[in-house]
Amino acid sequence: MANLSASDDYFRFFGLDQQFQIDLSALDRAYLAVQREVHPDRHARGSDSEKRIAMQMAILSNTALQTLKNPITRGLYLCKLHGVDARLETNTAMPTAFLMKQMDWRESLDEHAEDLSSLEVLVEEVNQSKQETLTEVIQAIDGAKNYERAAELLRGLLFIDKFAIELDDAISALL
Amino acid sequence: MALLQISEPGKSLAPHQRRIAVGIDLGTTNSLVAIVKDALPKVLPDSKGRELLPSVVRFLPNGQTQAGFEALESVVSDPKNTIVSVKRFMGRGIVDVDHIENAPYDFVDEPGMLKLRTVAGDKSPIEVSAEILARLRQLAEDSVNDEIVGAVITVPAYFDDAQRQATKDAAKLAGIEVLRLLNEPTAAAIAYGLDNATEGIYAVYDLGGGTFDISILRMSRGVFEVLSTGGDSALGGDDFDHRLYCWVIEQAKLPPLSLQDHRKLLLSCTHAKEQLSHNPLARVHETLTDGTVVNVGISQAQFFEITQNLVAKTLVAVKKALRDASLKPEEVKGVVMVGGATRMPHVQRAVGDLFGSKPLNNLNPDQVVALGAAMQADLLAGNQSKDDEWLLLDVIPLSLGVETMGGLVEKIIPRNTPIPVARAQDFTTFKDGQTALAIQVVQGERELAQYCRSLGRFELRGIPPMAAGAARIRVTFQVDADGLLSVSAMEQGSGVQASIDIKPSYGLTDAEITRMLQDGFASAKVDLLARSLREEQVNAQRLLDAVQTALNSDQSLLSDQERVAVEQEMKILKEVLNEETESAILRKAVDHAAKATDEFAQRRMNASIQKALAGKSVAEI
Repeated sequence: MANLSASDDYFRFFGLDQQFQIDLSALDRAYLAVQREVHPDRHARGSDSEKRIAMQMAILSNTALQTLKNPITRGLYLCKLHGVDARLETNTAMPTAFLMKQMDWRESLDEHAEDLSSLEVLVEEVNQSKQETLTEVIQAIDGAKNYERAAELLRGLLFIDKFAIELDDAISALL
Repeated sequence: MALLQISEPGKSLAPHQRRIAVGIDLGTTNSLVAIVKDALPKVLPDSKGRELLPSVVRFLPNGQTQAGFEALESVVSDPKNTIVSVKRFMGRGIVDVDHIENAPYDFVDEPGMLKLRTVAGDKSPIEVSAEILARLRQLAEDSVNDEIVGAVITVPAYFDDAQRQATKDAAKLAGIEVLRLLNEPTAAAIAYGLDNATEGIYAVYDLGGGTFDISILRMSRGVFEVLSTGGDSALGGDDFDHRLYCWVIEQAKLPPLSLQDHRKLLLSCTHAKEQLSHNPLARVHETLTDGTVVNVGISQAQFFEITQNLVAKTLVAVKKALRDASLKPEEVKGVVMVGGATRMPHVQRAVGDLFGSKPLNNLNPDQVVALGAAMQADLLAGNQSKDDEWLLLDVIPLSLGVETMGGLVEKIIPRNTPIPVARAQDFTTFKDGQTALAIQVVQGERELAQYCRSLGRFELRGIPPMAAGAARIRVTFQVDADGLLSVSAMEQGSGVQASIDIKPSYGLTDAEITRMLQDGFASAKVDLLARSLREEQVNAQRLLDAVQTALNSDQSLLSDQERVAVEQEMKILKEVLNEETESAILRKAVDHAAKATDEFAQRRMNASIQKALAGKSVAEI
C-alpha cells in the first residue's frame, strides 16, 4: 500500500517491497497509475493549489521512477535508506585487481578504437563483469543485508558503467 | 417553445457547456488553428476557405501590420519589412542563427534575443509571432462565434528553454492563455495514435519549414510515452530551397543579387522543389529586375544529389535518438511522417531504408500537428469523459547544466528525463564572508559551456557571511510540463532563504509585455485594466468550480467543521467575484481562498494515488 507521507521512501511510494531485486514491470505499472492521477495535464482546470500539488507529486513520482529504474541508483538509494553513504565524491579507493582490469580495458579501447569486432568483444566482457557485480550486489543487499559491501560494489559499478558509455560512444562513432 | 438539450449519459458535454480550446501549430512557413468539433479534430479555414496561414508579417510605416496571404504579396517588393520564417529567430541572438547573412533584414543585436529593424520600429521575433497568433485567434473566434478559453501551442521538440519561453511570451502578447506548450512530434503522435488505435513503439519524423525533430514514443492504450527526442532546431525545408538557390546561382553564373531579386529567385526555387516531388524535371525560370533572364532546368536526381547531405544530417539525429532509447531501427513498428518537407521522395526513401519499413503518411503532413494539438487542448479544457482521457508523458530535449570552474558544464538534468522534473544541487562560497553567488545555467550536450546555449545568469544574494566553504546553498532547478525552467535557492545551514535575483538573458518581464501592449501591439488594442480584471475573474471562477467539484466527489475527506469552513471561504469569494471591479483586491481574495483549500487539495491527491495503486494491485491478483 502506498504511503505518501513517506515520500522519502520511493519503494513505499509505489507500493513495492524495499529490496534490490524488483519487478520492473510492476514499477512501470505503479508509475503509470500514479501519473494518471497526478500529471499536470489532469489538473489543467484545477485551482492554483491543486496545480501546484499535482506538479509536486508528478515530480516526486518521476524522481522515484528514475531512482528505482536504474540498478546502480536503486542500490545506492537502498544504501542511503540504511544509513550507508557511498561517499562517491571523496572515496575513490578500489581494490588493485579491479583497477588493473580497468586499465586493461582502457588500453584495449585505445588500441582497437577503429576495430569494430574487437570493440564488440570488449562490450561482451564489460557486460559480463557488470552482470557478475550485480549478482554480488543482490547477495549483499537482499541476502546478507551488508550495505557497506554493497556501496563498495556499486562504486565499482559506476566505473564500469562509465567505461561502458565510452565504449558505446567509440562504437557508434564507427557506425 | 424552448427545446431542452439532453446529453447521453457518459457522453461528452452538451455543446453549450463545452469549453472551446484550440490547437495552434505556429510553423516556420505556415501556421494553422484547429478545434475538436463533434468529437473530431478539424482545421479551421479562413473566410476564403484557406487552411494554411502563411507565417509572414509585414510592418507598414503607419504602424499597421499585415499578416498571412496579404503580407505574402509583399515578400518580393518590400523584403526588409516583410518578415518570413521568424520562428528561426525566436529566442535567438545574432550569433546563434546560421547563415544569418542570407536573411534580407536589418538585425539589431540585443542581449539574449535579436530584433528586426522595420519601418515601424525595432521588432522582437516575439512581437512578430504574436501578430500571427493574434490572426489565428481572431480566425478561431470568428469561426466558432465564441470566446476561446485557451490554446495548446506546438513547438519543435528540440526547442530549448529560450525558444519555448519566447513562444509563450508571444501568446501572452496576443492575449491567448497557453494551456500547454506541446512538442510537435508528440502532437502528431496523438493525432495519429488515437486515429489508428496504435500500440507499440513508433517514431515521428518531423521535417518542417525550418526545424527538424525526431521523437521515439511508446504508445499503448491511453498512454503516449516519449522515450527519446532529438533533432536540429535550425534545419528544414528552407535549407533545401536555399541549397537549390545556390546551385542555380552557380549554374547561371549570376553576380550577387539585390534583396528583391534574391526573394524572387528563392520563391522560384521553392516552387521548383515542390514540383520535383511529383515530376522528374523542373525549371527555375525568372526575369530579374535588370532584365536578366534566369532559366535553369534541374532533374530529380540532381536535386537529390545536391541536398543529400541535408537528408543525411536528419538521419544522424534519428540514429542518436534511437540510441538514447536503447532501440534498434527494426524494433520500431512504424514511422509517422510529419511536416511539408517530408513530401520529398528522397526523404521518404532514406527514412524507409533506415527503418526497413514504409513510412506512414495517411494523415496530411501539414495538418497532423495542429489536429493533435486540438485534441490535447480539448482534453485540457475538460471536454473528455474521464474514461476516454489519455496520458501524455514527455521529456526534456536537451540537458540542463551549470557552468563550473574552467568553463566546464556540470549536468544537472540529463536530456530525455521525463517532465515535470526537479533536481537540487548544492553550492558553496569560496571566499570568507562572501554574500553573493552567480550561477550560469546552460542547455546543451557539449562539455564546454561556451558551446552550449546560455540560459542566463542567476544571482543569489543575501547569503549570511560565513567562512569560505561553510555555506550550503541548495539550488533547485525545476522544469515544468511545458519544458520551461525555473530556479529557486535556499541557504541550508542557517535556514536563511537567499533572495534570488533571476536575470535570464531572454524572455519578457510582465512590465515589458505591458509596455509592448501600450506601445500599440497592432492586433490587440486592449484595455489593460479590463484585461487584468478579466484574468482574475477567470482565476476566481476556476477556483470556485474546482472546489465545488472536489466537494461533490470527496466531501468525506473533510470533517464537518472543515467542510463548513471551506464552504464559507467559497461563499466569501463568490461575493467578491460578483461585486469587485479592482483586479488587485480580487486577486487577494483568490489567494486567501486558495490557501484555505490547500490541505483539502493535498488530501484528495493522496487519496487518488492510494486508490490508483490499490486498483493496480487488485488487478494483479
